Amino acid sequence: MRGARIPDERIPDDMMRPMWSRVLQITTLLAVPASLYMVFVVAPIEEKMGVIQKIFYFHVPSAFMAFLGVGLCAVMSVLYLVTRQRRWDLVAHAAAELGVVFCTIVLITGPIWARPVWGVWWTGEVRLTSTLVLWLIYVGYLLLRQNAENREQAARWAAITGIVGALDMPIIYKSVEWWRGLHPVVLKMSGGGGLDPVMGRAFAACVVTFTLLFLCLLVERVRLGRLEDEVESLEQQAARRPLTAATDAGGGSSR
Amino acid sequence: MSYLGTVLLVAGKDLRTEIRSREQVVSLFVFALLILVVFNFAFDFTIVDFGSLGPGVLWVAFIFSGVLALNHSFRIEREQDRIEGILVAPIDRSAFYLGKVAATMMFMSAVEAVLVPLAAILFNQPLTTRLGALLLVLLLNTLGFAAVGTLFAAVTTQTRRSEVLLPLLLFPAAVPIALAAVRTTSHVLAGRPFQVYANWVWLSGGYDLVFLAAAVLLFDFALQE
Repeated sequence: MRGARIPDERIPDDMMRPMWSRVLQITTLLAVPASLYMVFVVAPIEEKMGVIQKIFYFHVPSAFMAFLGVGLCAVMSVLYLVTRQRRWDLVAHAAAELGVVFCTIVLITGPIWARPVWGVWWTGEVRLTSTLVLWLIYVGYLLLRQNAENREQAARWAAITGIVGALDMPIIYKSVEWWRGLHPVVLKMSGGGGLDPVMGRAFAACVVTFTLLFLCLLVERVRLGRLEDEVESLEQQAARRPLTAATDAGGGSSR
Repeated sequence: MSYLGTVLLVAGKDLRTEIRSREQVVSLFVFALLILVVFNFAFDFTIVDFGSLGPGVLWVAFIFSGVLALNHSFRIEREQDRIEGILVAPIDRSAFYLGKVAATMMFMSAVEAVLVPLAAILFNQPLTTRLGALLLVLLLNTLGFAAVGTLFAAVTTQTRRSEVLLPLLLFPAAVPIALAAVRTTSHVLAGRPFQVYANWVWLSGGYDLVFLAAAVLLFDFALQE
């Protein structure tokens, strides 16, 4: 007997994972070992930098995903403010979280690579500095959400921050570039013109895998957000139920 | 009432409140002055070249006191639910926003007007040789800071932790303003011609326009109850 539960305890159909999301997950599951094989077995070891160059197969795609997250967040924020539909905010929130996660990976893998190759953990280089500022803006975005009193407020404020942050990115990049002087020490990323074709293929495989992983996590995070909403509204329903009904249900469960 | 009239009315309201209570500007002055004094101890300006550090020190003082001004600007509206009156008043929300930007600019400019000459005395520097260029630089960058700051302050003062959240959101977003302000100020103080720092002036101006326009569109969403 489970009488104390909310009467309708069946999970709504739209909460079940659809078929295509299963396909996406399985594809990602296969793509991860495949691209690891490409990176560590197929692709040659870089001549000058050695093994440490391989970090770029993870570093650069993470940076792409961070930008994807931020861009998606901005577009969804605009859509939310225009339509006021909850689902756009759920996607914006998920995208911002993923943006922060991948941006964190960029900020950790970057210095690990820079120490042996450039000789320093950190420099004032434009990409590094503007990535750090980007990370700070979206950490602020998440903190602001946490400090809102309800979901509607969080969604509205976050949308404002998401749009301002995205508008700010090109200006931040330009200002940091000029700040270092108009002729900064050119520190080219690995690859560039003379990228080995096998390395190029491994890199492309990594970008595809990271994109799949991003989509997978996004779908799951949006689904989680909807379940959170569902739980919250069930809790509110339960709180509204008269006390006698709750007592009756409790009596029922103890036979 | 005309749109501009509403803007001036809102700014005038804040100015009148301030003139009557005098609670804001005095604390802003003392706070900003304190920052100058702290930096005066932290860096020995008889050894360190003022031209390389001075503009940064000045702008840290302006930006920190600007955050205080912004927090205050919306906290007074929250007290006794004055904001409710604004929200039901038949005025354009964006006019209210621009009025608040104007008020914040007035308070920050007041601090700057005292601090710049004071820094000249404190650090023994001829700060006021290129007054026109200096005023332009101060104005453009203060406007950019106030434009984004007012939008974020409207949001963060609705939370319980506005003192932390406002700088947390505003400082990263205002990075271009901070960089442009410090660079242009040091060029102006060094007496370099306008062409040297023209790109920074355009950057500040562009930032001002982009975020004033964005905030005018977004401000309505910041205040809905």
